Amino acid sequence: MTPADQDPNRAGVGSGTPPVIAPGHTFGSVTDKISAIVLTRKTPRGWWFGFLIAFALMNVMMVAITYLFVKGTGIWGINIPVGWGFAIVNFVWWIGIGHAGTLISAILLLLKQTWRTSINRFAEAMTLFAVACAGIFPIIHTGRPWLAYWLFPYPNTMGVWPQFRSPLVWDVFAVSTYATVSLLFWYVGLIPDLATLRDRSQSPIGRVVYGMLAMGWRGSARHWHRYETAYLLLAGLATPLVVSVHTVVSFDFAVAIVPGWHTTIFPPYFVAGAIYSGFAMVLTLAIPIRAIYKLEDFITLRHLENMAKVMLVTGLIVAYGYTIEAFIAWYGGNKYEGFMMWNRMTGPYAPVYWLLICCNIVIPQALWSRRVRTNTKALFVIAIIVNIGMWLERFIIVVTSLHRDFLPSSWGMYNPTIWDWATFVGTIGLFLTLLFLFLRFLPMISIAEMRAILPEAKVDEDLRVI
Amino acid sequence: MTSASTLYGLMAEFDDANALVAATRRAHDEGYRQMDAYSPFPIEELHEALGSHHSRLPLIVLIGGLCGCVGGYALQYWAAAIAYPLNVGGRPFNSWPSFIPVTFECTILVAALSAVLGMLALNGLPMPHHPVFNVPRFALASRNRFFLCIEVKDRKFELESTRRFLETLEPREVSTVAE
Repeated sequence: MTPADQDPNRAGVGSGTPPVIAPGHTFGSVTDKISAIVLTRKTPRGWWFGFLIAFALMNVMMVAITYLFVKGTGIWGINIPVGWGFAIVNFVWWIGIGHAGTLISAILLLLKQTWRTSINRFAEAMTLFAVACAGIFPIIHTGRPWLAYWLFPYPNTMGVWPQFRSPLVWDVFAVSTYATVSLLFWYVGLIPDLATLRDRSQSPIGRVVYGMLAMGWRGSARHWHRYETAYLLLAGLATPLVVSVHTVVSFDFAVAIVPGWHTTIFPPYFVAGAIYSGFAMVLTLAIPIRAIYKLEDFITLRHLENMAKVMLVTGLIVAYGYTIEAFIAWYGGNKYEGFMMWNRMTGPYAPVYWLLICCNIVIPQALWSRRVRTNTKALFVIAIIVNIGMWLERFIIVVTSLHRDFLPSSWGMYNPTIWDWATFVGTIGLFLTLLFLFLRFLPMISIAEMRAILPEAKVDEDLRVI
Repeated sequence: MTSASTLYGLMAEFDDANALVAATRRAHDEGYRQMDAYSPFPIEELHEALGSHHSRLPLIVLIGGLCGCVGGYALQYWAAAIAYPLNVGGRPFNSWPSFIPVTFECTILVAALSAVLGMLALNGLPMPHHPVFNVPRFALASRNRFFLCIEVKDRKFELESTRRFLETLEPREVSTVAE
């Protein structure tokens, strides 16, 4: 056997495929290269540039939300019949983006896909930040966000309890559980790396802060054993969780009787769409990050190509969802449903619908070509297009279904205002601000897991007999 | 020389995972039990070499998950059927199909919390200080070095003979670990 055949990372891979980690790395070099990004004293100028733009955008959100608190939801474009508008569109978009992080870290771990190792950490971070952005929207959409805690069951003097038959309450439980479990998963993964930073940090503050966060991790074999057990169990728990979260989000729509929402295909098609948009976001972030931080050794073309393939597959599932939705609207013979679909395709929002089809179905077919999948620039552009397409999808689902329902006398149009846009763009700022802080202060690639996939990490006791 | 009362153990440093696993196995065969091996990444064989048993963690997680499941359903039953019964479209107060999503989420939530808190508790973390950190070179345990520490409390521990034994394992270095 050649050495390449023995390498577990290359099992089942043709000779032309790039490896998951460039050759020549050792435990020391992997540790030094990843931790140096965090431990360097001099913050790169590019980091400040990006951070300040993101921070400025985040402040746009702060202004928009402050004005909202002063004036109320009347500053938005929502009305009757379109009561959901941007807030729910953005909520579903953000929460969907979060799904790729858990998929990469949990499902691919259970499937023993070692290529996930260098992208799981920042995909998980992306999940957390996306869920944070998502969580803002339903809360501010309640109109009286200072009473949002009423959504939780707690003994109160009013003697009132949440309505557990409502999908909106299920959503509270699903999203808060998802946020908590994602945080736990991310933190548990970070513990050994925090210990590395504690041991390598030159600054006293760094040693204290990383030291506290590492909780005294010392890499004991007994600890590692329980740690690995806990990590696997968390992955096993997160896997059904990630499927349930977007299913519950789709119930927000599917349990209602509005034409265009009341359909059983929503749960699987929402989950596929979530993974689709999530991988698009991971690619959107990974491509510039690996170029700027020179991490091509760790995030190789193999990773990018695999993610492109996942995007292609989930994109096809989404395309199937759109097709069946349209087919059943016609075949089902319900005239409201039929009108809804006809109105989507030819009504006032038709350009948005066809743009969505173009972004989500037509353009991503380019990913069939290996040349496109291994061309970072093309991949980056396609990923952005899919992000936009998935946002348009949620816009179409929310707005076109509501704006013309059963009674023509209650039809209306929805036009977002400047405040809708400001809040949306602002959450992108919040997301990027958190991401920049993460890149500066925490290792963006799991150092411990990278060590474990090096060929020298494999124990072969025959080689050494004492 | 550190006196026996302030000594935690003797620590040998190795260059690679193979050496550490082989050394740990040898020490176990030699009759040493109160010892621990330290590595910068998880090594499955090491846990076996130490002669450790299965972890109780999966049981804790199972119990946590069951508590979450029963607790989640009970909460909804109590709220919807006892504390605040509301007739919603003629559905029964205990409309169990509607209670499944929240029951499921509570199961996952409590199980995940038990996994993390259980792992930390069984590992005795957080423990900001530990005698092994007294060895300056131990900082490399989180980078690229592998350590085996035989503790004073082991019945077979005897400073000179244990040191001699560790030297036979061809370590880079053997150091005393102060309490």
